[in-house]
Amino acid sequence: MSAVAPGYAAPAPAENYLTAARGVLSWLLTLDHKRIALLYLAAILASFLLGGVFALLIRTELITPGPTLMADATKNRDFYNQMFTLHGAVMTFMFIIPAIPAIIGNFTLPLMLGARDVAFPRLNLASFYCWVGGGVFFVLVLLTGGLDTGWTFYTPYSTETTTRVIPATLGAFILGFSSILTGVNFIASIHMLRPPGMTWFRMPLLLWALYATSIIQILATPVLAITLLLLIAERALGVGIFDPKLGGDPILYQHFFWFYSHPAVYIMILPAMGVVSEVIATFSRKHIFGYRFIAASSIAIALLGFLVWGHHMFSSGQSGMANAIFSLLTFSVSIPSAIKVFNWLATMYRGSIWLKTPMLYALGFILLFGIGGLTGLFLGALATDIHLHDTYFVFAHFHYVMMGSTLFAFLAAMHYWWPKMFGRMYSEFWAASAAVLVFLGQNFTFFPLFVAGARGMPRRYAEYKPEFAVYHQISSLGSYLMAIGLFLVLAVWIHSLLRGRRAPANPWGANTLEWHCASPPPHDNFATTPAAGDPYDVEAWEYDPQTESFVQRDPAVATAGPAR
Amino acid sequence: MIASVLAQFGDSFWMPTDASTYAFRVDRLFYFILAIATFFFALITVLMVLFVVRYRRRDGRIPAPSASHNTALELTWTIIPAILVVLIFVFGLKGYMDMATPPANALDITVTAFKWAWAFTYPNGHVDANLHVPVDRPVRLTLTSQDVIHSLYIPAFRIKKDCVPGRFNRMWFEATKVNDTEGYDLFCAEYCGTSHSAMVAKVYVHDAAGFQRWLEEASRWEGRIAPVQRGAQLYEQRGCRQCHSIDGSRVIGPSFRNAWDEIVEGRRAFADGRRLADLLGEGYTAEDYVRESIYEPGARIVAGYAGVAMPGYRGQVRDNDIPAIIAWLKSLSDRYRSEADLPAAATSPASAPDKGGAR
Repeated sequence: MSAVAPGYAAPAPAENYLTAARGVLSWLLTLDHKRIALLYLAAILASFLLGGVFALLIRTELITPGPTLMADATKNRDFYNQMFTLHGAVMTFMFIIPAIPAIIGNFTLPLMLGARDVAFPRLNLASFYCWVGGGVFFVLVLLTGGLDTGWTFYTPYSTETTTRVIPATLGAFILGFSSILTGVNFIASIHMLRPPGMTWFRMPLLLWALYATSIIQILATPVLAITLLLLIAERALGVGIFDPKLGGDPILYQHFFWFYSHPAVYIMILPAMGVVSEVIATFSRKHIFGYRFIAASSIAIALLGFLVWGHHMFSSGQSGMANAIFSLLTFSVSIPSAIKVFNWLATMYRGSIWLKTPMLYALGFILLFGIGGLTGLFLGALATDIHLHDTYFVFAHFHYVMMGSTLFAFLAAMHYWWPKMFGRMYSEFWAASAAVLVFLGQNFTFFPLFVAGARGMPRRYAEYKPEFAVYHQISSLGSYLMAIGLFLVLAVWIHSLLRGRRAPANPWGANTLEWHCASPPPHDNFATTPAAGDPYDVEAWEYDPQTESFVQRDPAVATAGPAR
Repeated sequence: MIASVLAQFGDSFWMPTDASTYAFRVDRLFYFILAIATFFFALITVLMVLFVVRYRRRDGRIPAPSASHNTALELTWTIIPAILVVLIFVFGLKGYMDMATPPANALDITVTAFKWAWAFTYPNGHVDANLHVPVDRPVRLTLTSQDVIHSLYIPAFRIKKDCVPGRFNRMWFEATKVNDTEGYDLFCAEYCGTSHSAMVAKVYVHDAAGFQRWLEEASRWEGRIAPVQRGAQLYEQRGCRQCHSIDGSRVIGPSFRNAWDEIVEGRRAFADGRRLADLLGEGYTAEDYVRESIYEPGARIVAGYAGVAMPGYRGQVRDNDIPAIIAWLKSLSDRYRSEADLPAAATSPASAPDKGGAR
């Protein structure tokens, strides 16, 4: 067991990062990674709400096969097309991509490193304001005529449409910089700030996941930036790049776009997997199983993720050879994903499983990711993909992987680190009830759509054949259930902030370094740099029923613990 | 609700009717993957539930020590999935390669997609809004688009291919079941703007003799139907109705109700500020303007419709169709209806086009 300076597990000191400075400016101009994480939290949750409202409008429109929300069919179609575009753009660029890295990563990464902050605190704040700047452009799009290209901005439609393509792509361009700056910061922090004792293979798995994510962010995002600039050049200046009328090639756009946007899928899922690795180990009260395989699989996913973009274009007319290669490479990504799932299950084997809210979300993640991942097999195989491409099957698949899995991991992370963030506990009963509601809502909303898709229901249809109505109706009811569940989550959080019991330093008995400092942490995190041991040595902590928290065992006993 | 779900399971829970030689192979692979996916999902769920119940936290129980890694076990669950996915890849590739290679004796049909309808051109030059094919004969489609990317999707045949402007894509299929009354659904699967969800057509599968008969009849309208009916037919079948109303309401383009009055009297105003009256005269008649609006819609944009791009119909609407369209336009005009050369059963603007007749 590492020597931890006394005092970290002590009751909250009089002053913490939330109370260290007062006034609006102390928040808006803060360089403290923890406060920046909370700024992101507020902004990203607002985006999630906005994207969620769009989603509910979409689901309401689809309750009947014909026009539902507006009597005029043309206006209704235009409205629907705008709603699914804005839903996709807001959720992708402003919620799923930044949620875990920017909120959870910013809060926990320096703490897990035993550091006082990220390597470049000013860059961190700049990254937040890039996000805000990108967000302003999106709001501008909303207020000045909307966008109807789909979040993918496919050419030549995006060159022709009269809606606000340029502000929207500029928004995505600026949001991309936010993502790049966060990635640079995390990579530098992990390289430079690891405490004594923390070798690469003693890093918490969340750090491996964030490291892999950061690699993708800094390598792939610039490609999106260039692509969007080229699109802007085509629209604004008539430079022929993608539009065949100007001598361009529309498929070229798809290659550029997916060269970023496929790896971006792993920007969404890798940090989620990192969170789940932490939560499963902590709540199984056991050392994570197969640490090296999980760590290596994160890096493998990040690298292989760059080589599979062509599977979005199997029906576009690209050569059979290209299709075959992209199909094979796509299957290679499924193997590291499978390794992770089996290792999480093996971690639970012979553990002492504690079904607290974060664990419920993590178990939900495994099931949802299971469905999302396994349905990916149908889409990786060429013959079945041709039938399923651009149907609701694809739609349901990525809503299980992106929405289901990433949202669940985000909620697991929020409930796991909530006591550390705010120094308060939440109502376990209501938080767990909300988790069950969201889980049911997710499955009712998206599972029927696999069937609709396999039966031939195309995506992005404002109106559809009556034979598909039943799937859409179950789905719409499910989406309302999910909305109720998510509002309950919010209510639980607000109640916790106002009335929650004070949180101990280590309510869950985890051994990563953030649990060694007070809840909430002081402004400088650690008085002196702690030495790191095995991050999953949970036996070093013992439950103390009197304080309802975990306290460190006598180091002598801890080292004499079970050998492995 | 449950009853209506069950009512659809004539064929199977997951897949629609299979009506091409290719569908059976796709379904076979689909069910193979479904079996693997179900097995692994059940395995994950059972293990999770088992562990949660068996090893749930109890006060005072300290978990027995267990290994934190086991290389042999981890290699096992790396290698078994790897073998399975390679197997799935090979099956998927095999099915796809068969699909990518059309046989030599195929019937050639050219597909032109545009916002928001389809034009299928048959070997004799006939253009139709729906796809008619003979049964048990390979059909090769050459696909392109006039404007943005579309994608031709026939669920019953399990085939899909994008229609990309500026290039020709190719696919083929062989229908196995005659279906010349109801037809199979044909969708646009790539989002293409406002009326994407209305870019729906039908595939009719005829027996060999029936296909020839259909093609001959469909190719000749003169002498069979009145020009005004031909005009109404084109309006319904070639996607005009997606954007132009016949009741005076504004959809995406100008309405055809009383449009002829505006044109022949020169009252039509253009986005560049000019009026049609300034242009009409020797060598540029109202009829010339109609022809131009169909062949080169971008040449003159009606005032109030700047930014609306209509696809051109040169090559898809033939010259002898233009007078028919004009006769039909006249039938939609209050003042010029008497000129429309109406057949005995006079068609009023409200009833002339057979609503929904195309689909």
